[in-house]
Amino acid sequence: MPGKLKVKIVAGRHLPVMDRASDLTDAFVEVKFGNTTFKTDVYLKSLNPQWNSEWFKFEVDDEDLQDEPLQITVLDHDTYSANDAIGKVYIDIDPLLYSEAATVISGWFPIYDTIHGIRGEINVVVKVDLFNDLNRFRQSSCGVKFFCTTSIPKCYRAVIIHGFVEELVVNEDPEYQWIDRIRTPRASNEARQRLISLMSGELQRKIGLKVLEMRGNAVVGYLQCFDLEGESGLVVRAIGTACTLDKLSSPAAFLPACNSPSKEMKESPLVHPPSHGCRSTHNSPIHTATGSRLTQNFSVSVPTLIYTGMGSGSAGKEGGPFKALLRQQTQSALEQREFPFFTLTAFPPGFLVHVGGVVSARSVKLLDRIHNPDEPETRDAWWAEIRQEIKSHAKALGCHAVVGYSESTSICEEVCILSASGTAAVLNPRFLQDGTVEGCLEQRLEENLPAGCGFCHIPYDELNMPFPAHLTYCYNCRKQKVPDVLFTTIDLPMDAAVIGKGCLIQARLCRLKKKAQAEANATAISNLLPFMEYEVHTQLMNKLKLKGMNALFGLRIQISVGENMLMGLASATGVYLAALPTPGGIQIAGKTPNDGSYEQHISHMQKKINDTIAKNKELYEINPPEISEEIIGSPIPEPRQRSRLLRSQSESSDEVTELDLSHGKKDAFVLEIDDTDAMEDVHSLLTDVPPPSGFYSCNTEIMPGINNWTSEIQMFTSVRVIRLSSLNLTNQALNKNFNDLCENLLKSLYFKLRSMIPCCLCHVNFTVSLPEDELIQVTVTAVAITFDKNQALQTTKTHAEKSLQRASTDNEELLQFPLELCSDALPSHPFPPAKEHLESASSNSGIPAAQRATSVDYSSFADRCSSWIELIKLKAQTIRRGSIKTTVTVEKASPVGEGNFRNRSSPPCANSTVGVVKMTPLSFIPGAKITKYLGIINMFFIRETTSLREEGGVSGFLHAFIAEVFAMVRAHVAALGGNAVVSYIMKQCVFMENPNKNQAQCLINVSGDAVVFVRESELEVVSTQQPAANCQPSCTGGEVTT
Amino acid sequence: MTSELDIFVGNTTLIDEDVYRLWLDGYSGLWGTVCGCRFGGAVVLDGRAGRARMSDAVALRVRSGILEQTGATAAVLQSDTMDHYRTFQMLERLLHAPPKLLHQLIFQIPPSRQALLIERYYAFDEAFVREVLGKKLSKGTKKDLDDISTKTGITLKSCRRQFDNFKRVFKVVEEMRGSLVDNIQQHFLLSDRLARDYAAIVFFANNRFETGKKKLQYLSFGDFAFCAELMIQNWTLGAVGEAPTDPDPQADDMDMDLDKEFLQDLKELKVLVADKDLLDLHKSLVCTALRGKLGVFSEMEANFKNLSRGLVNVAAKLTHNKDVRDLFVDLVEKFVEPCRSDHWPLNDVRLFLNQYSASVHSLDGFRHQALWDRYMGTLRGCLLRLCHD
Repeated sequence: MPGKLKVKIVAGRHLPVMDRASDLTDAFVEVKFGNTTFKTDVYLKSLNPQWNSEWFKFEVDDEDLQDEPLQITVLDHDTYSANDAIGKVYIDIDPLLYSEAATVISGWFPIYDTIHGIRGEINVVVKVDLFNDLNRFRQSSCGVKFFCTTSIPKCYRAVIIHGFVEELVVNEDPEYQWIDRIRTPRASNEARQRLISLMSGELQRKIGLKVLEMRGNAVVGYLQCFDLEGESGLVVRAIGTACTLDKLSSPAAFLPACNSPSKEMKESPLVHPPSHGCRSTHNSPIHTATGSRLTQNFSVSVPTLIYTGMGSGSAGKEGGPFKALLRQQTQSALEQREFPFFTLTAFPPGFLVHVGGVVSARSVKLLDRIHNPDEPETRDAWWAEIRQEIKSHAKALGCHAVVGYSESTSICEEVCILSASGTAAVLNPRFLQDGTVEGCLEQRLEENLPAGCGFCHIPYDELNMPFPAHLTYCYNCRKQKVPDVLFTTIDLPMDAAVIGKGCLIQARLCRLKKKAQAEANATAISNLLPFMEYEVHTQLMNKLKLKGMNALFGLRIQISVGENMLMGLASATGVYLAALPTPGGIQIAGKTPNDGSYEQHISHMQKKINDTIAKNKELYEINPPEISEEIIGSPIPEPRQRSRLLRSQSESSDEVTELDLSHGKKDAFVLEIDDTDAMEDVHSLLTDVPPPSGFYSCNTEIMPGINNWTSEIQMFTSVRVIRLSSLNLTNQALNKNFNDLCENLLKSLYFKLRSMIPCCLCHVNFTVSLPEDELIQVTVTAVAITFDKNQALQTTKTHAEKSLQRASTDNEELLQFPLELCSDALPSHPFPPAKEHLESASSNSGIPAAQRATSVDYSSFADRCSSWIELIKLKAQTIRRGSIKTTVTVEKASPVGEGNFRNRSSPPCANSTVGVVKMTPLSFIPGAKITKYLGIINMFFIRETTSLREEGGVSGFLHAFIAEVFAMVRAHVAALGGNAVVSYIMKQCVFMENPNKNQAQCLINVSGDAVVFVRESELEVVSTQQPAANCQPSCTGGEVTT
Repeated sequence: MTSELDIFVGNTTLIDEDVYRLWLDGYSGLWGTVCGCRFGGAVVLDGRAGRARMSDAVALRVRSGILEQTGATAAVLQSDTMDHYRTFQMLERLLHAPPKLLHQLIFQIPPSRQALLIERYYAFDEAFVREVLGKKLSKGTKKDLDDISTKTGITLKSCRRQFDNFKRVFKVVEEMRGSLVDNIQQHFLLSDRLARDYAAIVFFANNRFETGKKKLQYLSFGDFAFCAELMIQNWTLGAVGEAPTDPDPQADDMDMDLDKEFLQDLKELKVLVADKDLLDLHKSLVCTALRGKLGVFSEMEANFKNLSRGLVNVAAKLTHNKDVRDLFVDLVEKFVEPCRSDHWPLNDVRLFLNQYSASVHSLDGFRHQALWDRYMGTLRGCLLRLCHD
């Protein structure tokens, strides 16, 4: 009996009136855990009862402690009839099960009823006494910490990053059980809430067991989702990254290290350049699994795109062999893992070596009743299949690991689309090695070799490229190859050299499909998917170019399925990476060149596009420093045709036109307008309105180019549902509606938050779903953070000045800059010979600046990709390797890490009132330091109404419900002793209405990490004694690079 | 494309002061018919027709030039307005018992904003309060709100809110002992200024002072509130501080009801005008003291007996509820109007009243000095306030 749970019911307040006659309530409380129930006395005639109960003690297994929620029910005593339930509180006691988190849960909890919402509050105290369990075969995993945060939590250090853990559990959905026909909606909702709570607990315990098996002690980037499969059941699944974390005693020592699990791993040279191209692969479009029961096994695997850069090129071979070597070594290590996946999106410095590009896989499945909940093999097999595919895509990109990995589903009736995506990457083998952490740590510090550009270098062998890609030498270090565009699902690395600011880029797409049943439906969907992926990708690419940027971070593509349509929504944060070449413009080509007015129209459009690009460059402050020809010129090993162009290109905006005209289709990114569809596309490109001045937005943790956050934050959720007019829906009309919906939503957000200007919307997370025919629901959660404009200007200025100075006055120095860093680092930390060799080799070879204008025909790309794409009418797209700007500046628009907090002037944030709980989807709180993680918050609520009109219609109903959900999250955090939730996410918001019956129902699932934070201003007072205390990795990184 | 549902919920509840004002002023957030239900019904916003079908509140916001300032569209404004309106409607229940707003968990609102919400919610229009001041806060009066709305140009919704506020405050503090202002402040968390105003409103409603007569129209709420405060301080049971000796503590509310004993005693003052010698002596004392100091001396001298009779008779009549209600009518008729018709400057009124009250101390035959001071001290203040155009 390894645990004793103790509960005390103190008091209630603001209870509803249950007895109309007296306008009072005779309340008592039932406390239930597992199968044991205790009751308090009835507190007669009061809306603010003071029970002050004894301690109710439950003696339970720790397995139960993990699985079961504590269930508190408040009732109104009735002598003559059944007692009326007022509402319930579910308390997850998991945070009490590990030592460093909360020790007691104590506070006011909203009493929640699924029909009436919050009805008063109850004050509860919960404690757990745990006894050590020496049983080796135990089923519990108490003590494993869980974090939703997708980076190493701020007050921990990663000793080892073990890798991927996943688990899923299935059950029948109580809503679909026969008994549901005879019980009340309340009973049914509560059964569901309890079941999901139980299943989450079980899931977490099982994942914990896996982590213990791997000898880890924590799960980072824990993402739990549930799939409501309707008739066929309820699936709760979770993925995460197992780690061994060490609590940092002093804030100074906060460098995480990461090691990979396997001991065989060898250290190997880091060398290569990452890059990206775009590559698509797919399996045969449809394969029906063998098996007697078609329905059960029917599955359609969908062609997958791998987004990376595109372009073609050849270049020096120096890196080749080493790359191969590295790949071999690290691969061998990681291959021992079934899936070398990491759900992290931000990494300890040095962990991420190269990034290959986005890999994704989707598969369409037909759902069938889960017959045996204890053997969820089918679902497991489905996911295993997809993961396998992801793994092979990553391999094709020369990468041995996938980072920023996530999985999702979209379900409509019996069809389910499973999706997985991530970023193929090469991780530092050194860190994958188990061993002297300290040593690793220091090495890593020094070893920031490719200052801010290393991760951009291509990981694959350029002679043997997995897809046509256009490579150039890195514009930063000039040593390694980089692609012309880079797409990733991760956050911008802290040390990445970025020019200007970033911005939110979205691709939106709808496709009609015929209503169909079962296999026919699944086949139809899987036939549509590749086209959607392709178009989403094209849209992203066009928009990126329109913004004058060359990389996407935090890319998330969501494909949702409805009865009669599919929707695709991709969101990402565009940035200009200093290491990558300047993107070319977009050129429009008409089909019928002889028609005068048409020509005119085209040229008009062209002008508009060019203007937009110029405007965007100004808006986002993208002015890559120009490097004079000589600098770039000298060491070019293979001077190609382009050199002449250099001069004309050195100015920022206007030359785009010039260039495009002079080089025509050959090297511009050409959009051919050959039909109305294409026209639409171009129009839609131009309809995206930039945010009003003073606003920035991104979907990553931090906004590139802004690093002086002030402390005001506002997290919000906004939901919109539109009804499409059902007649004559066309794809165009759909697209327009969807586009307007998203754009209007953004506009509304900007308007609402105008008082916060200057501010940035961070972690903008759009989710789209199709709850019914003709209904589109978009849910957005984000956080608005204010920043100090003046300071921002100053910083950029100094940065710019610095870089300018460098560029103009001392070319030599500039060129050698990265080398110096290396050489400094080298002596003190002997690198493996191979590596050293490599480095000197590359530095000796000089700075290669390959400026070539190679044009890649999209069709060739498509050809290689695979058969399905042939179906697509190819729009002649060429990729232009446009302007040749060399950016050697190591400008640092450094992301905000903890280290930056210090530099920021945090305005005196007057101690806010007691009880304020901040919520943010980010992993940090601006101007504050997280001092303690209290445990994971993972809550699931159902709210139903049968008086929709009286509650203000659908808007009133959902508005109130979301406000209540926030309130319950805050209350739980406060009860744990915390004052904020970080990495908050609303994973699900399923809304169903039936206005004719005056009914509606909504399910919401949220999660996050409860933390304690201390304002920096307060902290400084304390920490003056320990001056070096705050020097964090980002700081270090910053200094090294600048 | 029609918008079925459109909401925005912040972790910190957004409060837009301008929209709050529109809401308080009772402007509809919806076009078309006003729904009776709690949240005003669902919103249907047609993208194209949005501009034409603007609600009152949105139209007013548009007129304020906000679209030009922010570059927003009418649809954005409509959506924003509805969000705020929904929030306010949800908050309204809590605003009915402001301490609940402080302790509730559903809306995270910074304290300064909470104070603003409460203060504005309980704020009232001068025009409205003048209409109901001194009236019984009953259903009957509530039925008249239609007329009041038409007369004052304040929306019916806003009239209802203000009326309900008065009534709610009245109900809560009615049975309470202790300082009226303190009680109001404690239970409604109002600013000192507003709490005092409410004390006056409650006091007037409780004593049913007539304020609506035509001849009283020139008086502002401020004038009455000023008088109410003086009366609460001096003429109520609480004022004397004799609560413990009160035989039946439940019998009277400390601050709301006038001290009945005191009113009874006021009859004794009658001697000042009934006894001719006393009246003459009083007059001569006043005249002697004021000779040469008063611009309107002769008028005063001529009117002295009338004025004095008026003031003393008002006091003597206060035993009857009916006469208590007419207190202000009487004061204006018996004192303010005569002074006004003779064009007394305010300063002369002050000098006269001071001397008039003080001289009584020199009347040897008069035994009720304390009573006189309690009466006249307050009345003097009130009269000075009432003497204006």
